[in-house]
Amino acid sequence: MNELADLYQRVIIEHNRNPRHFHRLEPCTHHATGYNPLCGDEVRVYLRVENGHVQQAAFQGESCAIATASASLLSEVLPGLPVPRARALVAEVIRLVNEGDSGDSFPGDLGVLGAVSRFPGRNKCAELPWKALEAALDNDHEASVSTE
Amino acid sequence: MSFAEPLQTAAGGLDVQAVRRQFPVLDQQVNGHPLVYLDNGATAQKPEAVIEAEARCYREYYANIHRGVHALSQRSTAAFEAVRGKVQRLLNAPQEKEIIFTRGTTEGINLVAYSYLRPKLQPGDEILITAMEHHSNIVPWQILCEQTGAKLVVIPISDAGEISLDDVEDRIGPRTRFVGVVHVSNALGTINPVKEIVELAHRQDVPVLVDGAQSVPHMPVDVQDLGCDFFVFSGHKLYGPTGTGVLWGRYELLRAMPPWHGGGDMIRSVTFEKTEFADPPARFEAGTPNIAGVIALGEAVDWFLGLGPSAVAAHEADLLGYATERLRAIPGLRLIGTARERAGLISFVMDDAHPHDIGTILDGYGIAVRAGHHCAQPVMQRYGVPATARASFGVYNTRDEIDRLAEGILKVRELFGG
Ligand SMILES: Cc1ncc(COP(=O)(O)O)c(C=O)c1O
Repeated sequence: MNELADLYQRVIIEHNRNPRHFHRLEPCTHHATGYNPLCGDEVRVYLRVENGHVQQAAFQGESCAIATASASLLSEVLPGLPVPRARALVAEVIRLVNEGDSGDSFPGDLGVLGAVSRFPGRNKCAELPWKALEAALDNDHEASVSTE
Repeated sequence: MSFAEPLQTAAGGLDVQAVRRQFPVLDQQVNGHPLVYLDNGATAQKPEAVIEAEARCYREYYANIHRGVHALSQRSTAAFEAVRGKVQRLLNAPQEKEIIFTRGTTEGINLVAYSYLRPKLQPGDEILITAMEHHSNIVPWQILCEQTGAKLVVIPISDAGEISLDDVEDRIGPRTRFVGVVHVSNALGTINPVKEIVELAHRQDVPVLVDGAQSVPHMPVDVQDLGCDFFVFSGHKLYGPTGTGVLWGRYELLRAMPPWHGGGDMIRSVTFEKTEFADPPARFEAGTPNIAGVIALGEAVDWFLGLGPSAVAAHEADLLGYATERLRAIPGLRLIGTARERAGLISFVMDDAHPHDIGTILDGYGIAVRAGHHCAQPVMQRYGVPATARASFGVYNTRDEIDRLAEGILKVRELFGG
């Protein structure tokens, strides 16, 4: 039960209840939608990239608490990061939610997602917005990606 | 363990505790709590008799069937073929040779789609299904439509999750070539008026396939009474092994159908000039089938008939009624699917918690439910939800377990507020 409390810790519940930057971004330079075909969840990530840096990030969609909190955290930590750093972060988050670690090296509250690694059924949920971020950075137009 | 333990109470109801003792998997803790398995709609657990029947085949007499003069092959063949008669009894099918073994419901539907319907379809023809079909009773027909220029026509569902016979009648027209309908919806629990649908379709000489994946494990089924032309179900949802299933079809239709898969066991004679196909059922059972699985399916069928499908239906109706009452009392919880005639399962959403989170939290309390779209995305779209949580019942579930479910849902509410 402690694991459940870890997964649904205050930060995650709070981001789910009050997701940050939960809106369309217009104009935006990049956007992409991530689908989780397992559950029908959908997260759309918007970015405004200027001078090689992410200036703004926002998202919309319909998703579980884990995906929503993950997207909300994404939108918090991304602004200000150079694009290559944002890309590197995708791989680091995916490792975090699959393998877990203390999460201390992650910006902001992002490290809390490490708890997901103990719920193998749920890492796809945490990954969803990050997969969408990657797809958005790969394309400067409409893109979609699936967790499967 | 004794398989002879009576499974009925003196009053003729199920002795659920005796039934439970036959399922080894139920006796375990999950995340520190006794397992409450409420995901029977996805697949059912296996009684000792079924596990033992499959193991006994491998231990004692396993060999390939239909092709050996030696003793083991003859024993395996006899055991395998005996299952047709058992399934015939289960479905009250007119003839044993109408029972075709498949890998499951999905394969049965695809067999009918490719072998029966595709050769008949012309551009502009119509295939009629309902808006509550499982993807396996949508996608095969869509593929046919794409290949032939036929059109998929869909019977809508009401807010409660019912279809109206007027809508069915309206949509069966001169171009309708086939009707596919789910007997019990795996997403809503609705029991469809299949018999009436068949009557309407037959008035226009349109054949009907019934997807019985969720009806066979939960109620008596009589294909002659339903009047349908094809009926499919999965062994694994009927307490039988995975990778087994059944297609029943009226013999005159089966006999006129070309094979779907070509290979061994489905031919009468082969030369490079011409191959003569065997009669059904062999015509549709190319290659080495799931021998031990089908034999154990036979055991599952006998076991289920021994419990009595009516007793099972009565037990599960009690659980469904009780669960509906308990869950309705939880604020912020909405039932998806409130048809008057329902069976086997209860689907729901909550104001503040996503079904996926509900599933994870319940799992933390040892309660297994399904969270997702249940391979019925059009149903989710119809109700404007991405997914639902679903508790689906089996012969071994109890009212105590429904209480555990309700308590677990209250924990979800605590965590997510509301
Ligand atoms: C109504 C219905 N139809 C078809 C299927 C597909 O069955 P299977 O996966 O065994 O082929 C299912 C199983 O989930 C079902 O519930």
